[in-house]
Amino acid sequence: MGTRKAPPGIEKQLNRRTIWSGILFGVGLVSFIDEMVFHQLLHWHHFYDKSTTSFGLISDGFFHALSWLTTVGGLFLVADLRRRNAWNGKRWLGSVLLGAGLFQFYDGTVQHKLMMLHQIRYNVDILPYDLVWNLTAISMIVIGYYLVRKSKFSFEPMKVSGSNS
Amino acid sequence: MSPNFINLFFVAIGVLAIILYLFAVRSTNQHYKIWPYYRTLLWILGVFSAQAALIGPIASQAHHNFGAHMVGHLLLGMLAPLLMVLSAPVTLILRCLPISKGRRLSKILKSRLVKFIGDPFVASVLNIGGLWLLYTTELYSSMHHHVFLHLLIHIHVFLAGYLFTASMIYIDLISHRRSYLYRGIVLVIALSGHGILSKYIYATPPVGVPSVQAEQGGMLMYYGGDAIDLVLIFIFWLQWYKANRPRESQTLSESL
Repeated sequence: MGTRKAPPGIEKQLNRRTIWSGILFGVGLVSFIDEMVFHQLLHWHHFYDKSTTSFGLISDGFFHALSWLTTVGGLFLVADLRRRNAWNGKRWLGSVLLGAGLFQFYDGTVQHKLMMLHQIRYNVDILPYDLVWNLTAISMIVIGYYLVRKSKFSFEPMKVSGSNS
Repeated sequence: MSPNFINLFFVAIGVLAIILYLFAVRSTNQHYKIWPYYRTLLWILGVFSAQAALIGPIASQAHHNFGAHMVGHLLLGMLAPLLMVLSAPVTLILRCLPISKGRRLSKILKSRLVKFIGDPFVASVLNIGGLWLLYTTELYSSMHHHVFLHLLIHIHVFLAGYLFTASMIYIDLISHRRSYLYRGIVLVIALSGHGILSKYIYATPPVGVPSVQAEQGGMLMYYGGDAIDLVLIFIFWLQWYKANRPRESQTLSESL
């Protein structure tokens, strides 16, 4: 009768699932934009750069594989949260920005600079590109973190049909 | 063995595979629920896709063109296994066999050997490790000079691809089930191995392959692999989603 108050343990779990769903999808989204816009449309990024370290090749391969699993998985987690009536858009969006920012920052610093995977663009002064790239990443992290903190986690428990006891 | 004989051998296997499957479907439909049509269609498409890699224009181009070879590899080692796993052949066989023989088969499926090679990690090593061996050693160039080696490698590519797919998504009944987390982690490692190898081929052509062809082949392997893996990943998560549905009889905490 009416709405059942959800036990705190479950709220915590669904809360964590919301954040993970967002972070996973954010990582996938950035990889996808990177591939779509910078590799395929603009042709700024190169498929392979001769200066890449072998560790860079491994890191690139790993995150490329991971990104497909996380994009699809993040969205299935969204579907799962929705069927449990535990959807919190603000918190999810914050987590997406957090995941996207973290991965873009890793890509822009460790992968591009340390491992020399490839540069953002070739035959130009690279500094402004690097700055815009990484500052975008940092602002995504900050805004994402702010949104996650600001969002109240409200949880309407599932209506379990036929249980009136 | 002459190349013609090998072609004939592949055609015979393909035709046999389709005929046997159709026979099994007809037999099971007489006793049980109608076998879904889409499974039969998937099996036939799977056999065709393997055949396209083994005989005909792609296969004959593959001898001197690495790009064509890679298209063949995608068809034989990835697409055909995926389609055929989805057509649930083991379930079909078990439904057709008499009880005593069915028991014997399921005993084999439960054996330690099947448990070992069916483990996602071992299956990944057999599949992706085999590819590393093929493209980073002289195996690739000697494959074109020895017909028997050529046959053996192609059979391995298909079987390892099938084993790998079947160890990641559970369509047929499987006795040694592994958790989603474990399979997911191994899947990421395996796909990484595939992607890294494609870029490695791009930069370091296999013995006897001109660099233009290696670049073309490497990119085909990278992006073509992605397209097929995306289907695999989607089914993987769909199975997770279905398995984790909240049930009415459960309390909320149990369903999580």
